[in-house]
Amino acid sequence: MGGIREDVHLVDYRKGVDMVPSRDGYGHGLLWLCEHDDRVVVCDADLAKSTRTIWVRDKFPEKFVDFGIAEQDMLAEAGGMSRTGLVPFVTTYGVFVAGRAWDQIRTSICYGELNVKIGGAHGGISVGPDGPTHQSLEEIPLMRVLPGMTLVVPTDAIEAKKATIWAASHEGPVYLRFGREGVPVITTEETPFTVGRAEVYRDGGDVAIIGCGPLVYEALVAADKLEKEGVDARVINCHTVKPLDVDTLLTAAKECGAIVTAEEAQVYGGLGGAVAEVISQHHPVPMRIVGIEDVFGESGSPRELLDRYGMNSDNIVSKVKEVIEMKK
Amino acid sequence: MVEIKELEETSRKIRRDIMVMLAEAGSGHSGGSLSAVEVLVSLYWNILKHDPEKPDWEERDWFVLSKGHACPVLYAVLAAGGYFPRKALWTLRKLDSILQGHPHRLKTPGVEFSTGSLGQGLSLAAGAAMGLKRQGMPNSVFVLTGDGEQNEGAIWEAGMTAAHYRLDNLCAICDRNYLMIDGNTEEVMGLDSLPDKWRAFNWQVFEIDGHDLGQMTYAYQRFLLEKKRPTMIIANTIKGKGVSFMENLADWHGATPKKGEQVQQALADLGFTAPWEEYKKHDFDWVG
Repeated sequence: MGGIREDVHLVDYRKGVDMVPSRDGYGHGLLWLCEHDDRVVVCDADLAKSTRTIWVRDKFPEKFVDFGIAEQDMLAEAGGMSRTGLVPFVTTYGVFVAGRAWDQIRTSICYGELNVKIGGAHGGISVGPDGPTHQSLEEIPLMRVLPGMTLVVPTDAIEAKKATIWAASHEGPVYLRFGREGVPVITTEETPFTVGRAEVYRDGGDVAIIGCGPLVYEALVAADKLEKEGVDARVINCHTVKPLDVDTLLTAAKECGAIVTAEEAQVYGGLGGAVAEVISQHHPVPMRIVGIEDVFGESGSPRELLDRYGMNSDNIVSKVKEVIEMKK
Repeated sequence: MVEIKELEETSRKIRRDIMVMLAEAGSGHSGGSLSAVEVLVSLYWNILKHDPEKPDWEERDWFVLSKGHACPVLYAVLAAGGYFPRKALWTLRKLDSILQGHPHRLKTPGVEFSTGSLGQGLSLAAGAAMGLKRQGMPNSVFVLTGDGEQNEGAIWEAGMTAAHYRLDNLCAICDRNYLMIDGNTEEVMGLDSLPDKWRAFNWQVFEIDGHDLGQMTYAYQRFLLEKKRPTMIIANTIKGKGVSFMENLADWHGATPKKGEQVQQALADLGFTAPWEEYKKHDFDWVG
């Protein structure tokens, strides 16, 4: 039987976890950058409190620009600023940036290869009571189809901070997806994090559970449940949805022979779709995708919504059982 | 300062190159390229600080073509200015050309941004102006928008931002030719009074004859003196200007003169008499 790898230095999550929103990690990352990188400018569209850019506004007002409720303008203006040598981090909710300003991101930023960083807050159904208008479930496919885009979905606040700081060092467009709700902090400063590399957190040979965002924690809990039933699950944190770590995914397909993906997003075109594109073309194995099944959400508490729309550890367990059955 | 007479002659040659380029390409945008010739000629020859040898020169002024479909006029100006060999003009829109159907900054020296999706260039330019200002740089940023383009909501978002942040280093020009693809701007989606709208947005506004090189130059000079607000020059122009059968016709927005008799006629209207293909073989100053 496998188990949690020691070299990934995870928190002993079975004993309890701190609950922190990944947007806090973004805010801390921005503060660090404002102290260490003169090129950084932080932009927001009237959501500074919610996205944590207010921390920058309070401490480094000269590095903060508010564009008001005008996301399309903000994205293209950031593109303009980037050509003068600045590194803008534009920030608002995922729906309003990946959706509303998609054409600016596509043509001005990605086609023009402009060095703009996008912080997409409020990703996922766990946004909760605000309801479907504000629950961004589609940014992963929307950003993944754009040539030149790097897309990172951090699993917790620690990883979100690392991803934010990394983004400034990378030349080219980056989308970082954050959530609103406090989620388990499972990684530590010592946990390896390299953009473009999926990290195996738990060894196992019967099935690979590949997750991103807070569902990596659910995958670890699911693996513990499966262990009791004699199923040895590998758990992979695939925080970088683009570019995908093809080697790690194909190794998992070959060694485990079955795959379940888990993400807090639509099941079409997201992490599951990305993994399916690789697996189906290079090493087909039974596969299932955990996510939202082609519907919009509704208002409710984050926990209620994740349960109702099928994104908890039990949902992962049942999908694992399906693929294990298919292997036989 | 270049003499107006000389700029007029340059404008005539730029129009010639636009027509030959578009005839050769077989597709592209004639009307809105011809209407913007004096806007660009007065800017590039009299105002803009730039160096064709160093397109990314830190001290340059910037020009952004927000109405990207009018790139033939920009390409003709850049070629005449020495940014790339003139023979590239005859490869417009063809496979492997450095001249894409809409401007792409990674292919063409002198192109600052990739534009063509309308309504984005004003924000890109305002962002550049903001970035330069934040770093204490004295550079100016010029941006040409179409009039139909001003239907886009993002134009007005950028209008608010530029005024709010007092981007006095930003000069926008509106190519006010009153025609868009589907017809007259006031019939398709009314814009007037555009000057009043921009004044209400707290911009400095000039409304002038966009084919008058003296007026254009003067408006740019006034912009350079402004210390508080962004500037919008409403340049009243004629779509298809200079070519009799194209003037004021919406149908020539996205059409090109045919090789042979039709482009020859266009050149004749501009006062050029040599066989049209001869102009591809000589330099910019050769008039036949």
